Amino acid sequence: MTTVDTNHDHAHGGHHDEGSYLTPRGGFWSTIWAWASTVDHKKIGVMYLFAVLFMFFLGGMAAIAVRLELYEPVRQAMDATGATTITGQLFAPAGAESIDTGNQIYNRLFTLHGAIMVFMFIVPSIPASLGNFFLPLMLGAKDVAFPRVNLLSWYIYVTGSIFGVASIILGGVDTGWTFYTPYSTTTDADHWRVFFMVLAAFVLGFSSILTGLNFVVTTHKLRAPGMGWFDMPLFIWAIYATSIIQVLATPVIGITLLLLLFERLFHIGIFDPSLGGDPVLFQHFFWFYSHPVVYVMILPGMGIISELLAVHARKHIFGYRAIAFSSLGIAAVSFLVWGHHMFTAMGELSSTLFSALTFLVAIPTAIKVFNWIATLYKGSIALNTPMLYALSFLFLFSIGGLTGFPLATLSTDLHLHDSYFVVAHFHYVMMGGTVIAMVGGLHHWWPKMFGKMYNETWGIIGCLLVFVGFNVTFFTQFFLGTQGMPRRYASYVDEFHTLHMISTYGSWIILLGFLVHLFNFIHSLVAGPKAPPNPWGGLTMEWETESPPIEHNFHHEMLVKHGPYDFESVVPPHCDEAEFPLPPPQEGAGH
Amino acid sequence: MATIDTQRADLPAPGSEGHPLFWKNRGHGHHFRSSAEEFDACKLGMWLFLATEILLFAGIFCAYTVFRTLYPEAWAEISHSLDWRFGLLNTVVLLLSSWTVASAVRAAQRGRNGALILNLVVTLICAALFIFIKLKFEYMVKLDLGKAPGTWFSYPYAENPQVPLCWSIYYMGTGLHALHVIIGACLLSWVLFRAIRYKAYGPTHYTMVETSALYWHLVDLIWIFLFPLLYLIH
Repeated sequence: MTTVDTNHDHAHGGHHDEGSYLTPRGGFWSTIWAWASTVDHKKIGVMYLFAVLFMFFLGGMAAIAVRLELYEPVRQAMDATGATTITGQLFAPAGAESIDTGNQIYNRLFTLHGAIMVFMFIVPSIPASLGNFFLPLMLGAKDVAFPRVNLLSWYIYVTGSIFGVASIILGGVDTGWTFYTPYSTTTDADHWRVFFMVLAAFVLGFSSILTGLNFVVTTHKLRAPGMGWFDMPLFIWAIYATSIIQVLATPVIGITLLLLLFERLFHIGIFDPSLGGDPVLFQHFFWFYSHPVVYVMILPGMGIISELLAVHARKHIFGYRAIAFSSLGIAAVSFLVWGHHMFTAMGELSSTLFSALTFLVAIPTAIKVFNWIATLYKGSIALNTPMLYALSFLFLFSIGGLTGFPLATLSTDLHLHDSYFVVAHFHYVMMGGTVIAMVGGLHHWWPKMFGKMYNETWGIIGCLLVFVGFNVTFFTQFFLGTQGMPRRYASYVDEFHTLHMISTYGSWIILLGFLVHLFNFIHSLVAGPKAPPNPWGGLTMEWETESPPIEHNFHHEMLVKHGPYDFESVVPPHCDEAEFPLPPPQEGAGH
Repeated sequence: MATIDTQRADLPAPGSEGHPLFWKNRGHGHHFRSSAEEFDACKLGMWLFLATEILLFAGIFCAYTVFRTLYPEAWAEISHSLDWRFGLLNTVVLLLSSWTVASAVRAAQRGRNGALILNLVVTLICAALFIFIKLKFEYMVKLDLGKAPGTWFSYPYAENPQVPLCWSIYYMGTGLHALHVIIGACLLSWVLFRAIRYKAYGPTHYTMVETSALYWHLVDLIWIFLFPLLYLIH
């Protein structure tokens, strides 16, 4: 597809002494050991990628199960003989006399979905996998600043996830992913499963801190010579802002969950009103971390979108500095809005202040969206899978962002809080934002990571299925929410039946879309055509090395010769001008 | 990164000037351009880590502030039963150790291995002394009286219903701090071991001494706040 300039180092032929990072060295077991003990950021990124995708699969299965349960309302009827029949309950044991057992299974399912997706998938998702792989490459560095700490963070992640899975095997928890006290400190008192789930979140926090710390130092110290702060790709800016939040917010959840564990085990009383403690204090502590952390989830996705739109529209990103600073702006404001999770538990003045501060988030976010749309203007847009995902992101994330307003407004929030409106809003931002961006980014960088092209047609089909399925699933939930459907209920009144059914159908379409992607990726690994070093004509540094990159990333020390988005003036590395032509000089231009 | 096998026969003996871990022979990570750049990166990393530690303790300090405001009488009861003399003694011990650890960094920078070892040993003795005083003269005495955290609280003469909660916060704060004293001591012991065995630190290579010392100063700093808040305010 691309002819490679023979004057450059290129992927063909084995005449380099350094092979790709994927080349096995030695036998099966020594290869396994080489991966398990690697300090190469690329291998760690790939290991993270598979780990988080596995967790995404587990959490996704829980979501499918939740939607199945909600397909029909749960009804209990008693006939003339006094025998009860239960309908609409999928997970109750056979012959159950009461709906309680089945409903408790539902409570465990949605908790599992939330806890797995938040702590084990979405927080580490983009930074730890794609970020780990591409941050040093995009900076022109050989590795992250602390490679061994990087490996340690992966093992801590795995340890934390094992605690989480142990909790599931022991029967799961029904506290909701937020572990609100006093329920989480008193429920299931004779079991260890709540303990294990909280411990999992506690341990995962360390992994998150170490990744963030590593990335901040790498960005400060390991930029290639000539790369100033404003020569960095915007993905790096986003990862940098994310890392700052991770470093500053995660310790607070650490101490909170530690106190929660001690409260649960030894009744220290800090969250227990009967001993003088305060359960709302838990919520303050919890959201002081967990609100900033939703920006840990979305900011890397925004970074990916900046890359995808510029490369696949072949346009210089519009408003580079505005996008870069808005990432930092979001990170800063994120620490000031946690109170909006407790509007009903606060005084009028503090509620009003938190409401006003919450509106502030809209400013940097809207700056990003407007700049992205301006980037597309007069671009030469390639409607391939990464670009379609980027466009889906703009559409879904805008809906997600705008539906945040009625939730930030005190008067409307009184009606909407704890309803499906919140569920839909959250999923539009987290799934319509982060997951969509991650899958788009995965398609964009797949050729670079594994050296194989994926099938574009099937990629597009998968993308359309996910996009349609997502809207069918979650747009209906805005209606359910405004009509009064509360979140976290296993059953509902008959009026909601149709919308719930549609929402469940949507979840099947999403599942189908992801399965298409999965098989497309597997097919690409097994039988995909070999990827050229720079299939999209990108200008960031990862495209200057081979696909997949060599063990030490680059053959020589990188020097910055052009900006990351100078598509109008630079022929991309390894590319032909015939394939990526430069625009003709504008009339009346002075040069 | 090459791993160094100190058991191999062709390598010079530990402590000899030809050993790869001797400070004059040490290089830098392949992904850094120079040792100075690596040093700067490690130092920045440690400062960021210290920020996370402060935020970890911020949870305890925040809980302290909330409950001190809500239950001043209960806290007064706690403060009165804490012996400020032991608190002060431990403060002096930690301040002394901060001075010796700073001197250890200075010794490494000037290439004086003997002074480095001596200062580290004194620092570690101070750490042990701190833990000993804390356990023997404070925790043990309180626990014997039943002034224990959570479910173990059995002190019969508490005048205020919130006293057990306040004791719990005292134990969480000082316990977490004591854990950090132990972690810091482990780090410094590792530095001491490498200084004795390999003479691993000198003017061009003292990253580990510097970062461990930074960590130790943080341990000291947190105690400087815990001491007046718990012992001196009535």
